[in-house]
Amino acid sequence: MFNKIYDWVDERLDIAPIWRDIADHEVPEHVNPAHHFSAFVYCFGGLTFFITVIQILSGMFLTMYYVPDIVNAWESVYYLQNEVAFGQIVRGMHHWGASLVIVMMFLHTLRVFFQGAYKKPRELNWVVGVLIFFVMLALGLTGYLLPWDMKAVFATKVTLTIADSVPLIGPAIKTLIAGDPTIIGAQTLTRFFAIHVFFLPAALLGLIAAHFIMIRKQGISGPL
Amino acid sequence: MHRGKGMKFVGDSRISANSKPFIPKDYSEYPGKTEAFWPNFLLKEWLVGAVFLVGFLCLTAAHPSPLERIADPTDTAYIPLPDWYFLFLYQLLKYTYASGPYNIVGSIIIPTLAFGGLLLAPFLDRGPERRPMKRPFATGFMLLAIAGVVFLTWQSVYYHDWDKQAQQGKIVEGVAIDKEDAGYKALEANTCLSCHGAELTGGAGPALIDTGHTADEIKDIAKNGTGGMPAGIFKGSDEELDALAEFLVKLSAK
Repeated sequence: MFNKIYDWVDERLDIAPIWRDIADHEVPEHVNPAHHFSAFVYCFGGLTFFITVIQILSGMFLTMYYVPDIVNAWESVYYLQNEVAFGQIVRGMHHWGASLVIVMMFLHTLRVFFQGAYKKPRELNWVVGVLIFFVMLALGLTGYLLPWDMKAVFATKVTLTIADSVPLIGPAIKTLIAGDPTIIGAQTLTRFFAIHVFFLPAALLGLIAAHFIMIRKQGISGPL
Repeated sequence: MHRGKGMKFVGDSRISANSKPFIPKDYSEYPGKTEAFWPNFLLKEWLVGAVFLVGFLCLTAAHPSPLERIADPTDTAYIPLPDWYFLFLYQLLKYTYASGPYNIVGSIIIPTLAFGGLLLAPFLDRGPERRPMKRPFATGFMLLAIAGVVFLTWQSVYYHDWDKQAQQGKIVEGVAIDKEDAGYKALEANTCLSCHGAELTGGAGPALIDTGHTADEIKDIAKNGTGGMPAGIFKGSDEELDALAEFLVKLSAK
């Protein structure tokens, strides 16, 4: 039956080349831990992507309960943490995943750096990768405020003070991300929520797509 | 690719009507023991992913994610703490030549140089050599940067007051407080509430619910202070002090 459905769609859309482009490529011996165990260092990038997928999925479920306003934000997180079935697990995955993704990305960056894999012709992919790193750090920074507990607000206060101290454009940056030149409050929370849930993930998905297309185009770097 | 005359299409679309059998690419020219990504290698990746996921879920189940009490921006005594992967940047701002009048060094110049260097690494390290030992500058700078990040993070963790951190953010269950009690009146009269909160859930000072102190200890602290609390805050009579201590000893969330 699946074959028939596949043929029906394929006749109209010619989908074989599309998924074959993604799926049909060789994995060289030197990156395959089945042949050389030391090749496990090549897993870090894939695991980073795996955790990113977990972050997106758990984040989608968190927004089913989370309310981005200063009256209810903390209450909704408290409720999710203590009352909702498996709420603690979903929030736990998002919380620990945020740390793990940084760890995995750090290891992946070190692997690429020490192998000199960013050299010609892969310079652009390195630049895109570092931009992904920055977006991830920004996601961590904005996500930290959302539970609206003590550490969230005071860490954000520090961040905004640092942003404020940038010469010339500092106050403008602070107003842009906090929503007000002085107050850290309702506007700040909704802005951080929008940045964390819409702006940064959009940038992240675009960058990841570019990262993967470039890998497929160039192939993985050869052995040292 | 077939072009031009004789092409047949599905309807008025651009999809070719003659289906071509799919012939997998030939990788025999590629050196070494290659393996097809689909489905062989993907299955192995799936296994690694499953093992990783089990470990990840164990971590999640063993350590529930933390949540401190609801934000109170007026609490000026709170010592802020960023997430652990920002600690090194935060610690940097605590050194003499990276803070105060030199703030720009710690907050802008050093991070920009470090992250800018990382971003532009392929254009700074342009030689053809890939082995770490054959490009000593790139390797050296990276090792220095890692050592710096590890050192700063360690310093930050070492000098942070973790007991105070746990105390200052603790969620305190509110309890029904009898505000007509002589003990509560004594707290109010002696300005205790300005630091410990009108609901006694804490503020600049700690919460007074479930303190674990005996009546005598409470009397001593009220008169002589402790920690950040100065001596001589209590100025009332001995009867008031007795009532206050008795009231706080009985005050429990249970």
